[in-house]
Amino acid sequence: MTTRAIHWFKFASPQNFYGLAGRLWPWFAALAAALMAVGLWISFFVAPTDAQQGQGYRIIFVHVPASQMSMFIYVVMAFWAGLGLAFNTRLSGMMASALAPTGALFAFLSLITGALWGKPMWGAWWVWDARLTSELILLFLYLGFLALQSSIDDPRRADKAGAVLALVGVVNVPIIYFSVQWWNTLHQGASVSLTRAPSMASTMLWGMLIMVVAFWMYTIAVALVRVRSIILERERHTEWVKHALE
Amino acid sequence: MHWNSAAEFFAMGGYALYVWGSFGITAAVMAIEVLLLSRQRARVLRNLRDELRSEGGPT
Repeated sequence: MTTRAIHWFKFASPQNFYGLAGRLWPWFAALAAALMAVGLWISFFVAPTDAQQGQGYRIIFVHVPASQMSMFIYVVMAFWAGLGLAFNTRLSGMMASALAPTGALFAFLSLITGALWGKPMWGAWWVWDARLTSELILLFLYLGFLALQSSIDDPRRADKAGAVLALVGVVNVPIIYFSVQWWNTLHQGASVSLTRAPSMASTMLWGMLIMVVAFWMYTIAVALVRVRSIILERERHTEWVKHALE
Repeated sequence: MHWNSAAEFFAMGGYALYVWGSFGITAAVMAIEVLLLSRQRARVLRNLRDELRSEGGPT
């Protein structure tokens, strides 16, 4: 115990991670709140009016972050689930379970804000376009994961079954991402990509990126809080939980 | 600043329903999630304390 090196595996134990998560989540929550305040300010007062869509385009500042998070969270969830399946670590399955509800909410928000954007711009709340349909499938995958886990009483078996579903479903994420290139979609292509200059005003881009980071911080904060409840519930018969409750 | 009045701001160039609807639903969903999380934590703590007490409590 004399070494000062960080023992990452230490935090693979639910007991240690419970404490770490408790110390970390307020910071992520504070960052999320601060970045959202800045992001909202840019969204409404700094970013210019769009030449084609007028003020209606401002939906982008919640639609893009929600959609990106819905996909990223799924990948992270599948990563934890896969890790749990491969190494049989308890915490991995708890992390996957902690992320799924938030991912489902973002998939829902992506579809709702998309409908609210589609109606004035396309004239339809919904079209069976490849982008929209694959995002809907993502929402169903989240709901399937949650339903499957809650239908199995033994948490370790629920983790395993959920992990298989999460890993199979991850194939849908690149389909969503590339759908606008692979098929002729009504949904527009990516506004921001790594390989070319973004096709939007820089203040719009900054507003969007700040909102994306704010949603990340929000997600990390709520996942940490949720995983703490999950850890307590699953480790209820251990000595450390009993001591922690005193 | 592109708004000449508060009314113009709230009208969102005619897209009020869509813009405010999107931001409103997002804010509502996040608020509900935070509320549910705090209630989940309170419930888990209450249940575990009850369980502990019924076992005779810690020595």
